[in-house]
Amino acid sequence: MDNMNLTLKIWRQKDSNAKGQMVDYKVTDISEHMSFLEMMDVLNEQLVNSGEEPVAFDHDCREGICGMCSLYINGEAHGPDRGITTCQLHMRMFNDGDTITIEPWRAAAFPVIKDLIVDRMSFERIQHAGGYISVNTSGNTQDANSLPISKHAADEAMDAATCIGCGACVATCKNSSAMLFVGAKVSQYALLPQGQVEAADRVKNMVAQMDLEGFGNCTNTGACEVECPKGISLDNIARMNRELMKAALK
Amino acid sequence: MNGFFKSSIGRKVAMALSAFFLMFFLLQHLAINLLSVISPDLFNEVSHFMGTNPLIQFALQPVLIFGVVFHFVMGFILELKNKKANGVAYAKNNGAANSSWVSRNMIWSGIAILAFIILHFIDFWFPEINTKFIKGDWSGTMAGVEGYRYYEELVHKFVNPVRVGAYVVAFVFLALHLMHGFTSAFQSMGGTAGRKKTLQAIGKAYSIFVPVGFIFVALYHFFNH
Repeated sequence: MDNMNLTLKIWRQKDSNAKGQMVDYKVTDISEHMSFLEMMDVLNEQLVNSGEEPVAFDHDCREGICGMCSLYINGEAHGPDRGITTCQLHMRMFNDGDTITIEPWRAAAFPVIKDLIVDRMSFERIQHAGGYISVNTSGNTQDANSLPISKHAADEAMDAATCIGCGACVATCKNSSAMLFVGAKVSQYALLPQGQVEAADRVKNMVAQMDLEGFGNCTNTGACEVECPKGISLDNIARMNRELMKAALK
Repeated sequence: MNGFFKSSIGRKVAMALSAFFLMFFLLQHLAINLLSVISPDLFNEVSHFMGTNPLIQFALQPVLIFGVVFHFVMGFILELKNKKANGVAYAKNNGAANSSWVSRNMIWSGIAILAFIILHFIDFWFPEINTKFIKGDWSGTMAGVEGYRYYEELVHKFVNPVRVGAYVVAFVFLALHLMHGFTSAFQSMGGTAGRKKTLQAIGKAYSIFVPVGFIFVALYHFFNH
């Protein structure tokens, strides 16, 4: 395929207090082998060369594992491909002459810092509320493998733990709900013996923090599961609901 | 249970519990409506029992009204909270890429059902309350009608094509609401079974057959009288 010429509609916002707007840009000669972020790099080089402010966007590892990149591309979190983050989205998913709309994650709990970068500290605060186990790490820690854990539970816990906290679930949810994220974080401990001791407090505190941050409720549309780059299952939300009911009945 | 029902998940559990209750109610309502097609006499007997039995009138009826009102009020509260959580709207949002239309529009199918319930109250429930509680007539009879009045009244309701049309449209919205609501209620209650094939099949069958049953009764009387 020949290289592509594209029109980009990008959300520009000077800072968290400024009123943002969509701005049109043209990029030319984009290779289909580029990642989406490399295409953004091309645009930014162009902007810098012409003395304009480059578009601010989050990125770090560019290997699909750090959870730093975001972007709502053509109406979908991490763009039109499945099971990937934006850094793993390739330009071959688009065609020459396309117009691509690029927006930041939208949620009251994810305020825009600048352009396409949002503040995801609300996720950190939820984690601080209980997304951990209290163990002695002074050097005499017990080997985790000394506890018998079924293969099934270990696999499910590992699946839940693959959540990279990117926030695509919130961005994609019509209610800006963080249930898939919190469900995954609750599940990864709830499934393992190490997580049992603090299970009731964990789910109560994490859900309370989630509500406090202003995330919405779950309508079970399943959109989060489809857009999640790590394929985190809705079953984790159901498990969190069960854990909270159990904790409430205690 | 301290604060459970004030949490986001607790509210969804309350939504699901009221939904289970309402879905059970719909089944018994449909069963009685279908009797009008099978046997007018039996329909009259059962209607008279439901309309005059003190346990049903003074215990179950208030519970039902509470359940209906609760489901709607909580639905609106959750919708408002969700809208508040959204922040700025997307310039482009492709919801169809990852979720069904019915799951994204529960509030609209719900509002259509609410409109129908208001009409149903004006049409049926208020006159019943007037007859029984204001006029004090618990006989279940009407001047000029032999035996009980219920069957005659039902048939009379489904003469007007506008009413029958509104009735059909309302039950189409109910079907849409149930197509997502049935399995969603199980999921809210923590059931991953909501995603298993059997329950999804039961959900689909329920959400089609129950509304179609109500529509059938209305059309049956419309075309046969």
